Parts: sequence; C-alpha cells; structure tokens
Amino acid sequence: MLSINDLRASIEGKEILKGINLEVKPGEVHAIMGPNGSGKSTLASVLAGREEYEVTGGNVVFDGKDILELAPEERAAEGIFLAFQYPVEIPGVTTINFLKTAVNEIRKYRGEVPLDAAQFLKMVREKAKLVSMNDSLLKRALNEGFSGGEKKRNEIFQMAVLEPKLAILDETDSGLDIDALRIVAEGVNSLRSPERATIVVTHYQRLLDYIVPDYVHVLYKGRIVKSGPKELAFELEEKGYDWIKAEVEAVG
Amino acid sequence: MSTETIDLKTRLITDFYAREAVLNGEASSEYHQKKREGLARFEKLGFPTIRHEEWKYSNVKDLISVSYDFNAESSIGLAELEDLKVPAQEANILYFVNGRYNAGLSTIISPVEKITISSLAEAYKNDPARVSSYFNELTKDADDAFTALNTAFTQDGVFIHIPDNQQVEHPIILRFVSDAREQNVGSQPRNIISVGKNSHVKLAEAFRTLGEQRSFTNVVTEIHVAEEANVQYYKVQNESDNAYHVGTTQVRMLDRSHFYAGTVTLNGKFTRNNLNIVLDGERCDAHMYGLYFPDGSQHVDNHTVADHQKPNSESNELYKGILRDKSKGVFNGKIFVRPDAQKTNAFQSCKNIVLSPDATMNTKPQLEIYADDVKCSHGTTTGQIDEEALFYMRSRGISRPEAMSLLMFAFCADVVSQIKIDSVRDYLENVITQKLASK
Repeated sequence: MLSINDLRASIEGKEILKGINLEVKPGEVHAIMGPNGSGKSTLASVLAGREEYEVTGGNVVFDGKDILELAPEERAAEGIFLAFQYPVEIPGVTTINFLKTAVNEIRKYRGEVPLDAAQFLKMVREKAKLVSMNDSLLKRALNEGFSGGEKKRNEIFQMAVLEPKLAILDETDSGLDIDALRIVAEGVNSLRSPERATIVVTHYQRLLDYIVPDYVHVLYKGRIVKSGPKELAFELEEKGYDWIKAEVEAVG
Repeated sequence: MSTETIDLKTRLITDFYAREAVLNGEASSEYHQKKREGLARFEKLGFPTIRHEEWKYSNVKDLISVSYDFNAESSIGLAELEDLKVPAQEANILYFVNGRYNAGLSTIISPVEKITISSLAEAYKNDPARVSSYFNELTKDADDAFTALNTAFTQDGVFIHIPDNQQVEHPIILRFVSDAREQNVGSQPRNIISVGKNSHVKLAEAFRTLGEQRSFTNVVTEIHVAEEANVQYYKVQNESDNAYHVGTTQVRMLDRSHFYAGTVTLNGKFTRNNLNIVLDGERCDAHMYGLYFPDGSQHVDNHTVADHQKPNSESNELYKGILRDKSKGVFNGKIFVRPDAQKTNAFQSCKNIVLSPDATMNTKPQLEIYADDVKCSHGTTTGQIDEEALFYMRSRGISRPEAMSLLMFAFCADVVSQIKIDSVRDYLENVITQKLASK
C-alpha cells in the first residue's frame, strides 16, 4: 500500500530525513518511535505534503502512485489522512461545515456525487458517537477554544468521517489524560480493518497499550535504525533511547 | 468618457449661481441660505489635496478631473432593476436614480400616518420649516469640502421622521442607482433621519451603478438618535469599476441610545466613507463594523470618529479588509474622549488580509483622551492568509482555492453576522461568496 524508498527531506537547507525506507501493507499498524528531534513529525508532514519541507531524494508510492507529485488535497483524496500534533484553530468555520466541504471535495475528486445535507448529517452523527464527540462541538468554530483532548478527539472524528486508507497519527497522545487517550484509541481501533493501515508516530509507549502495533520502528537522526515487533516498544519504555543511540554510534 | 482636464470647482460654483438665479422668492428662504453657506464653505476649502491631513492617502485628483452631469435624466425601469439582481424583500424601499427620488419604483409599507418616510424634496414642499430646521444641523461645523458641496447642492434624498415610542417593523432600504449608461453622472443625495425617543428602526443605504461611464456620488446622511432609541444603519456599496463615491454619515446620539453601523464596500473605483458619531449622551453605545474588498486598482478609505462627550458611554469598532491586486485601503479611526466623558469605554480594531505584494493598506488609529478614568484600546493587524490553517484544510481534501474562500469568508463572518436586516445579510453573503470564488 505504502512504500517509502530512500526518502530524504530538508527544511531551510537542513537535512532532516536522511534516507527512510518503510513498507506498509493493508491492515497493518506501524509505530514510529524515537527521541525528540529524530524526524518523526517531519516524516508525517512530508507524507501529508507540508510545503515547507523540500524533498531532496527518494520516492513514496501509495497504491501505485508517486504521491510526492500530488498536492496535499490530492493526497487526502487518494486516502491519506494526517492527524495533527497541533490541530489548527480556524475561527469562523464550523467543524460541520468544514467537514462537509472536505467530504464533498473528496467525492468530487473521485467522481462521486456530493452527499446532500441529510445524508451527510446522518453519517456525521454516527461517526461522532464513535469518539463521543458532542453535537455542540460540531457547531462551534473548528478547534477554536477546544481543550487539548477535544482537539485530538476532533482529529479522530474527522478521520472517522473521511475513512482514509492510510491514517498517520502524529503524536496524537501528547497532552491527553488517560480517559481522553482511551477514547481516542477506541476511535482509532474501531476504524481498523484489513483494507486500512495506520502509522502511529509517538514518543512514548503509552498509546501503544491501546493501539497495538504490528511493527515498531525507531527513528534516529533521520533514519530508521531499528525495527521489530511490538515488544520493541516495551523495551524502549523500559530502557529509554540511549542504548539505541549507543548502538548507532558504535556502528556509525 | 471625456479625458479633457477641467476645473470642476469653478464649474460647480458657476452652476450654483445659475440655479440660484431662477429660484425667485425661494432664494431668501432659510433652506437656501444654508445652501449658500455650504457653497461659501466649499469655495473656501476647495477640493482637498494629499497635503490635507485627512486626505493624505486618498487622492481625489482623478475624481475631479472630469465633469459630471448632475441633472441627468434616466429611463430606468423594472427591467434594469432585474439586471442589478436586487433582492426582493418585505421592506420600505425607496429608489433614488441619479440622486432623485423615483416614486414609481418605490414601495412604502410602514404606516405613514405614524412615521414620515418620504423624499426630501417632497418633505420640504410639505413642511419647509421642519426640513429646514433639520437640514445640515449635524454637519454645520464640518470642515469638509465634500460635505459643504453636498449642502450647497442638496435637492433630494430621504427624509425620515420617527416620533417617540415607535417600533418600525419593516426595515427602510434606500437604493441609490447611478445610471451611467450614457454619460458621466453625478449625484449629491442628502438624507435626514430623525429617530424619536425609545423608537427602533433598521435602515440601509445601497449604492449601485448601471453602465460603464463614470459616476460620482457625494452623499451626506444625518442621523439624530434620541434618548433610548435603537438604530441599525447599514451602508452597502456595490458600484461599478468606474464609480467614485464620497460619503459622510454624521450621527448624534443622546442618553441611553444605541447605534449600530455596518459599512460594506464590495466594489467601486474610489470610495471614501466618513462615519462620524458624536456620543452626546450618557450610557449610550455606538457600534461600527466595516468590511471592504478592493481589487484591481480600487481604492477604499474609511475614516471614522467616535466622539465621547458625556460620561459612561461605550464605542466599539471592528473594520476588516481583504485587499487584492494593486488595490489600496485606508483606515483612520479617531476616538475622542472629552474632559466630561469619564468612565468611557472605547475599543477599536482593524484587521486586514493583503493577498498581493502590490496591494497596500494604511491604518491609523488616533486617540485623543482628555479624561482620566477611561478604558480605551486599539489594534490593527495586516497580514497574509494563515498558511498553517490553509495546510490543515488541504490535508482534509479541500482544494487550495476552496480553502482560501472558506478562510476569507470566515474572516468576514464576524462583520457580516452583525447585519441585522436578513435580506441585506443574505445579499452580502451571496455577493461575498461569489467574489471570493472568482479569484
């Protein structure tokens, strides 16, 4: 489904990703872990098409298409979704109106007829239940004045509405208390299916108690330096990242 | 269109005396004497240049370089109104074509035995003493050439007189249409609105142009707001790319009254709006909202004044603009707090999005505070569209242009939502949506 080959990217002339290789198949959950500044969020941003980053090498093939050629909105329409670490507040645009526009723009891209208001509302109500999203939040301006937990829940709610093939969760656990974490994780898990894949970017193992990954990768200095089964996450939680750093420096 | 340079000032003064010569006995009336004073003031002031502090960023050279027919006849009928896509609504609707009232196109549905809604010319015919006493009362000290010019040439406009304790159920819509299909046309409407104690009214002035020739509108509106009255006043300009507009709205508020102004400039070559509110009462509140969207080489200048003369009153102001291409915007907001006006609250904010490197916005807040126990604040921002918000929306599948429109519409929303005449707000939402989608 997703194939990242020797991906290199830089910002303001500084190389952050130094040759990433990753294969993600339908149905899989991959966790990307690593110390601060290792390039985790950069990877998530480059996949979603954030324009501040310059891709300097490699390619990313998603369902047979080189997505690096596509605009962010085209990637979304192809089925990639990024749950933001810091969801943006947009005054004056209600969550519901925002999502309706998004759903119908994506449908247009795919050559489908737009949903009418009734169909859309019915679908949205169902999805809102998944993440215990209150109706009143939907009518408020997007993320404006939302608590940290509400913002993250809103990300997962949007994900549920857009039904992406590949969801990338960028530090979705940051700033969440344990109850909010559980709700968000339940939302993510309810969307797991054999056709969909998830990349969970996180600093801590905590979220992975709830969203259990098939593979764990450690990103360090812009490269994936270690990959393993879910137990690797426990090891990192127990021992921290220093032993990984030491291993890399020893080889390096 | 004539490009020959003319001396508009001299031509106007000559016109004045030509008109006066055929007035006979009327020339000695109080009404005409006030006009004469207007002319004298205009003659003394002359058209402003950019050396004038109030006109520093707005050059009227182009505006006064051609002549205009101030008496142009017009055959405008219902078909032309269709072309202008004027929304239908249940309201008092008064049409002024090239500055003169058109009874055939107009509809007045409020009970005229209770409130006076008529053309100024007719009101003067019926009750010269009453009209004369109101005429130019609020603007008599205005040190502004265009206001003086309007005073000198006042012929028509609206005269609204609402006695005490009236709830005017239906809004009053004043539609000013410049018929510039055949020639350069000028109009100088004067509107006089007096709202009695504890009376409520919503009114709007809408300015449109037919045709491609130049139009020059020089409008003055005087609004008297008595104790405890509540007035919602909107000015909507959607004129042609060849329309020049200078306007002054002068408001005087008495104790515990409420005044709301919404000034929206959708289109026009050159626009200068002066909105001057004198809070001459205690515990009154004035609200000023503005929105402008110049593109091409359009110029929009909003000058506002909140003049606090008595204690315990509040003024609140929010102006917003989106500037494209090579357009220019000017905002000058003055707040005066006079020595007696203790416990004044005055807030002012002007926010702009400049979408092109060739567009410019000049903002100037001006606070003059002579009382010591007051709360005043002002702020201006001028920036680009929020790229982070744009990326967020695009990452959800919304195309860049669509995301831009949504963001800009949202930017306008807190001004548009203040418009309390439904049909006017709906109209604005439609035109703004189209405008934002077109680029």
